[in-house]
Amino acid sequence: MNIVVPVKLVPDLVEELEIDDGGTALDTTWLRFILNEVDEHALEQALLLKESLSGTVSVISLDGEGVDDVLFASSAKGVDRLIKLTGVDYGVNVNNHAMARFYATTVRILEPDLVLVGVQAHNDLDGSLGPLLAEYVGMPYVGYVSGIAPINGRCRVRKEYPGGLIAEMDVEMPAVLGVQAAESPPRYVAISRIRQAMKTAAVDEQAAPDLDTTGGPMVDSMFKPETAERATMITGDEDEVAGRIVDLLRELGKA
Amino acid sequence: MSQDIHVIVEHLRGQVADITYVAVAAARRLATGTGGGVAAVLLGHDGETLAGDLAADRVVYIDDPALADFNPEHYNVILADLIGGDPPRCVLFGDTSMGAEVAGVLSARLSMPLVSRCRSVDAANGRLRFISQICGGKILVEGDIPEPNALITMVPGGYKPEQGRGETAPEVTRTSVSPLGSGRVAFAGYQEPKAEDIDISTTPILVAIGRGIANEDNVELAEELAETLGGAVCASRPVVDQGWLPTTRMVGKSGKRVKPDVYLALGISGAPEHVEGMSDSDLTIAVNTDPEAPIFDVAQYGSEVDLLDLLPVLIERVRAAKGG
Ligand SMILES: Cc1cc2nc3c(=O)[nH]c(=O)nc-3n(C[C@H](O)[C@H](O)[C@H](O)COP(=O)(O)OP(=O)(O)OC[C@H]3O[C@@H](n4cnc5c(N)ncnc54)[C@H](O)[C@@H]3O)c2cc1C
Repeated sequence: MNIVVPVKLVPDLVEELEIDDGGTALDTTWLRFILNEVDEHALEQALLLKESLSGTVSVISLDGEGVDDVLFASSAKGVDRLIKLTGVDYGVNVNNHAMARFYATTVRILEPDLVLVGVQAHNDLDGSLGPLLAEYVGMPYVGYVSGIAPINGRCRVRKEYPGGLIAEMDVEMPAVLGVQAAESPPRYVAISRIRQAMKTAAVDEQAAPDLDTTGGPMVDSMFKPETAERATMITGDEDEVAGRIVDLLRELGKA
Repeated sequence: MSQDIHVIVEHLRGQVADITYVAVAAARRLATGTGGGVAAVLLGHDGETLAGDLAADRVVYIDDPALADFNPEHYNVILADLIGGDPPRCVLFGDTSMGAEVAGVLSARLSMPLVSRCRSVDAANGRLRFISQICGGKILVEGDIPEPNALITMVPGGYKPEQGRGETAPEVTRTSVSPLGSGRVAFAGYQEPKAEDIDISTTPILVAIGRGIANEDNVELAEELAETLGGAVCASRPVVDQGWLPTTRMVGKSGKRVKPDVYLALGISGAPEHVEGMSDSDLTIAVNTDPEAPIFDVAQYGSEVDLLDLLPVLIERVRAAKGG
């Protein structure tokens, strides 16, 4: 089973987000890029499948701040091949249509049995990567997947609906699947093993084709939500806050 | 090309999803700008009446036994034909487990631009505008809906489902499709959610924990507080994905919708996927060390104290108040 995991790095929401002077994009000066959270799950699911069925896992990423760390961490977890598309950076205006076109070129060459992507990313504005990529490479797509069992050229996947309901779907391979959650939480890898990977793992650098962003909207204004209805803040230390919460509960007859 | 707005009806086991009503409300707004009508597009089997209470001008109904349950491939084939054949100005989907993947594939297949995570729309001076919500609800972006046609996926929050509900049933036109073959994706059946220990959707007091709870041991503190209050513990997705609580306790887009008297949100950022499940709570009190956390836009009361400092004190205070 050969699996490709095309990843996306996204701004870390733990950091304060600032809007740049142009007013249409995030100020990247202080922005930290991290691996999209559900991509961690896609990667974990790929490694679980490789461990149970043998095969290889390749990770592809565009270039940019933080990408090498992500690639070496994946190698330390057991990824066989690291591919970096150079000449394009997450920090600039690459939308998902463009990213899907980039990854499609590489996926066509690698001819995998499965392509696992994170089902969405928090900054998707022109749809998620998976269905676009699937269509560009001519493979079927099913998303919101939280379980994959390959049998005879097909995968039985668990697709999540609201409220905990699962639909089982049989998908012919090769296929692109949008992973919502891996069958077990993403594994932890020690820093020492990542350092080791930095010394031994090779990153295959390939020049990205030309940027083509058609298919997404243009943004002419970016802003933070208005704070008109913001919560009344309870100040003080934990004693005072606990006291106030109990008062609120008491008013409702709950304490 | 028409100036109509289409809404793809999302339904699961005989129930139309709330997001479809939200999309119809948005479609009505867009149609005032284009001068066209609003058509609900319904794919199903023996489900002709499902779209009866949508505030649409008409319903395009496609019936086939293979459409009894959602299959993305069938939707892609049928809608590519329908939309590609006579493209409406906009086609609206839910940004959901069903809508998001169909919209994505169609955008690539029909070379039609796609705007996702749209919260509200506007029509003024001949321009159609979108506002989308990104970065976990921390950022909004605005722009023109691409010309001449566009696909749009809607998130909840901008319109109430009631705004998309109509008084009179719209007229239904049946359209036939060429037989749907067995393709590359087949629906195999449902797996019901596991039997519940506690039903959080009917519990009046919920202690909700998020990633801020930090580790599994601390979950016990939340359990203790919930027990003292006579309520239950529920959680955001990461807590459930870690295996610290069962799936039945998850609140949000992929979990349950809850409507308690009190929702105490501890260490939850307030991502849109979470808020979707708890925004109808009567009283929300949020505790989060990040003053910019979007949960404070939903909560009536908030505090920036560390939840791990707060929990033991709060448990004692509640105990004392209960006279225990
Ligand atoms: C398709 C899809 C469906 C999803 N469905 C759901 C769903 O149904 N339900 C759901 O919840 N999520 C869902 N998610 C995930 C969602 O996008 C968010 O990632 C998730 O809700 C974040 O959970 P969180 O708030 O617990 O964690 P985070 O966003 O990491 O927030 C943790 C918060 O805790 C605060 N904090 C940290 N330490 C402390 C402390 N000591 N004291 C006080 N505060 C502290 C931080 O400031 C932060 O705001 C879905 C995602 C996808 C892609």
